[in-house]
Amino acid sequence: MADLSVDFCGIKSPNPFWLASAPPTNTGDQIMRAFDAGWGGAVWKTLGEPIINVSSRYSAVGYRGNRMMGLNNIELITDRPLDVNFREIAEVKKRYPKHALIVSLMVESKRETWHQMVRRAEDAGADGLELNFGCPHGMVERGMGAAVGQVPDYACQITEWVKEVARTPVIVKLTPNVTDIVYPARAAQKGGADAVSLINTINSITGVDLDSFTPRPVVHGASAHGGYCGPAVKPIALNMMASVAQEVSIPISGIGGISTWQDAAEFILLGASTVQVCTAVMHHGFRIVTDLIDGLSTYLDSKGMGSVKELCGKSVQRVKRWEELNLNYRVIAAVNQSKCIGCGVCYVACNDGAHQAIGAAPDQRGRTRVEILEHKCVGCNLCSLVCPVDDCITMQRVDNFGDSVLPYKTFSKDPAAYPHVKSNRHDI
Amino acid sequence: MAERFHLPTLAQELRPPLSTDEALAEANRCLFCYDAPCTRACPTHIDVPLFIKQIATGNTGGSARTILQSNILGASCARVCPTEVLCEGACVLTDQHRPIKIGPLQRFATDHAQATGQPILTPGPRQRGSVGIIGAGPAGLACAAELLRQGYQAVVYDAAPQAGGLNTVGVAQYKLTPAAALAEVAWLEQAGLEIRRGVRVGTDLSLTSLEAAHDAVFVGVGMGSIPGIGIEGEAQPGVWDALDFIAALKAGDAALLATLKGAQVAVIGGGNTSIDVTTQAARAGAHKTWLLYRRGPEHMSAYVHEIELTLSHGTELLCYATPRRILPGPAAAHGHAAQVGGLEIELRPASGQAETRTLPATLVVRATGQRGAALTALLPVLSEQGVVKADDWGRTSNPKYYAGGDCVSGGQEVVHAARDGKRAAQAMITDILSKLNTTTAARR
Repeated sequence: MADLSVDFCGIKSPNPFWLASAPPTNTGDQIMRAFDAGWGGAVWKTLGEPIINVSSRYSAVGYRGNRMMGLNNIELITDRPLDVNFREIAEVKKRYPKHALIVSLMVESKRETWHQMVRRAEDAGADGLELNFGCPHGMVERGMGAAVGQVPDYACQITEWVKEVARTPVIVKLTPNVTDIVYPARAAQKGGADAVSLINTINSITGVDLDSFTPRPVVHGASAHGGYCGPAVKPIALNMMASVAQEVSIPISGIGGISTWQDAAEFILLGASTVQVCTAVMHHGFRIVTDLIDGLSTYLDSKGMGSVKELCGKSVQRVKRWEELNLNYRVIAAVNQSKCIGCGVCYVACNDGAHQAIGAAPDQRGRTRVEILEHKCVGCNLCSLVCPVDDCITMQRVDNFGDSVLPYKTFSKDPAAYPHVKSNRHDI
Repeated sequence: MAERFHLPTLAQELRPPLSTDEALAEANRCLFCYDAPCTRACPTHIDVPLFIKQIATGNTGGSARTILQSNILGASCARVCPTEVLCEGACVLTDQHRPIKIGPLQRFATDHAQATGQPILTPGPRQRGSVGIIGAGPAGLACAAELLRQGYQAVVYDAAPQAGGLNTVGVAQYKLTPAAALAEVAWLEQAGLEIRRGVRVGTDLSLTSLEAAHDAVFVGVGMGSIPGIGIEGEAQPGVWDALDFIAALKAGDAALLATLKGAQVAVIGGGNTSIDVTTQAARAGAHKTWLLYRRGPEHMSAYVHEIELTLSHGTELLCYATPRRILPGPAAAHGHAAQVGGLEIELRPASGQAETRTLPATLVVRATGQRGAALTALLPVLSEQGVVKADDWGRTSNPKYYAGGDCVSGGQEVVHAARDGKRAAQAMITDILSKLNTTTAARR
């Protein structure tokens, strides 16, 4: 079996699966139960000057009968007294010395206040600190959270203050609510951060009650924008992972909609050394870690890899700029008629929504028999994406260029020299 | 063109395998319940939500490991378990629409593991201690597997030429084919499980030698034959013991299969075995099948879904029916080709007149409950009415002997035998085997 243990900028953890700073890490009791279930680490729910929360706090988006594809919250940082939190941190660390215990911090932007908070967290036994520069609601209005993360100079400044006194590794948690996450990531590195974690939640309103006209979650006839997370945000998080991984040299902890071992493996492939999970635990509990561990371990074995490190970043260089992609490469769709169930979904998708490259006619049983019109197919993938049967529509490579690469910048200098590229164009 | 109706054949599986698409769609329906009722309903407490989640995440090998961890006979149980009254019966979605197909999903995972050559178990580091196991049926195999997993030696002795016990010869073919049962045994042997076939304990191997060779003994001998019911004409050929009948069908006995074509089969009993017989007879081409039960339908011990199964095969259920006499058949046919001349029964409904009727039966099958195995009476353990007395952990009156499966329960499901075998192994380790290793360590 592969070795799942990781060393994340000096923080040792029995596996790369950490609980993100959120409701599941609100108390020592929860974190100890999570460690018993198999989690390798946890980022303690953000500590700061205790706040007051509203009721209610969460709302969700389902999709086709599946609940909580996306989750939104307007809950703030810890509402428990600081000394209680520190006492519990010390207790957890004493009982679980081999697990990674990171404490998330957020205080007002004053050097002395940050210094004091860092010292107290480390005195309690934290293995590392995560600076919450990402919370998108409630704290922003008070000049904290995303208000810091959205201004690279502030992020850099506060990271420097923290590094002046910190004895443990410092992770800066980045907000996705920016035009380009690379800027705050660079600022964190410049300020001396030992690692970054991303993404925090995305500004959102999940929906509106059509009878009361009130957006969700409802707080006495009104709502506020919240932070969106869960499986729905994963693609956004993966893109930001890739951008940051190409830009910074410090380790990255990946966050954003991770529910399965495959999700985790994808973050790791795009450069994450550890991953953090919240929504899936809020849905199904700590026990989901069993399959996260077993699935990732089996996967590493199947790839002949002995550790998580071997997988880390393997896909980063495969994320390129559009103009670097190969214009010689051409695929078209192929239907496996023996698997086709005759639903016609690919036909209507292609005909109305894409390139009119599928023909259709009823067969003897009254089902739709489809046929790819190869000369019209541009290889967009849409039919294979909508097909409800696995491996029924597959994309087959049809060019003969092998490894010869024609990037756009070469092509654009003399398009007439590459007449074959026209076959990728929608039929005129 | 309209689809044509075909009667189900003998070999046609009641629960055919799921395709990958079907399995994924079904797995994604699972709610991943907390403290799941399905897991509680399973006698071996398989972590059902976890194995289903593992199918949903494409970790099918991990899913099989989860199943086999709790129930080493997960492959056969996936086929034969009465899931309607166990895991699937407990599924919370039953109240909403329909339960998750847990049995077929379990088969999907275990079939995948078998097909990809994944080991059924990994033997533990070798410990001192050896157990002799009598009977290579589900209980004995589960016991041996658990011992092997914990590093102990286990030798399974079975009188029959083929291992697997009732899985191989006794469960209706449409639930579990002999091939699938034997493949599971082979899977266990590949992992190092040791089976000595054709060794009859008490004859080929004395109890004294068995006890001398091993530190403990597990008894998993099952039950014996079905005794006669004491009516005229039951000694003639053409009158069958249900277990012999099923075994012959599973072995593909040509004479019996030929006799069954167009036959009229009367089966006496009211338990799940009687259902196996009537349903298999109907599938083998019998023209008519009757199920005769002496009391009202509410007293039948067969599961409701089983009774419905045989009724769907055209079986006529006659309740309050007492067999009186079996009429002699034509003398020409012998052995498995023999037929009887009819069955005289008395019908005595709770209300109304008793009447005597002669059914034009050509075959009569007794499915009226087994007697204890012959060996049980010879063992140095306390038994009562043919079944071994044992506690929940398989401990018998003799500290060296443990027992489980049908020889203790009198006849239950494969999954109960699998649980019994596993638990007895754990008890033997605690009571006897672990001590052999601690004393060794102390001596060093």
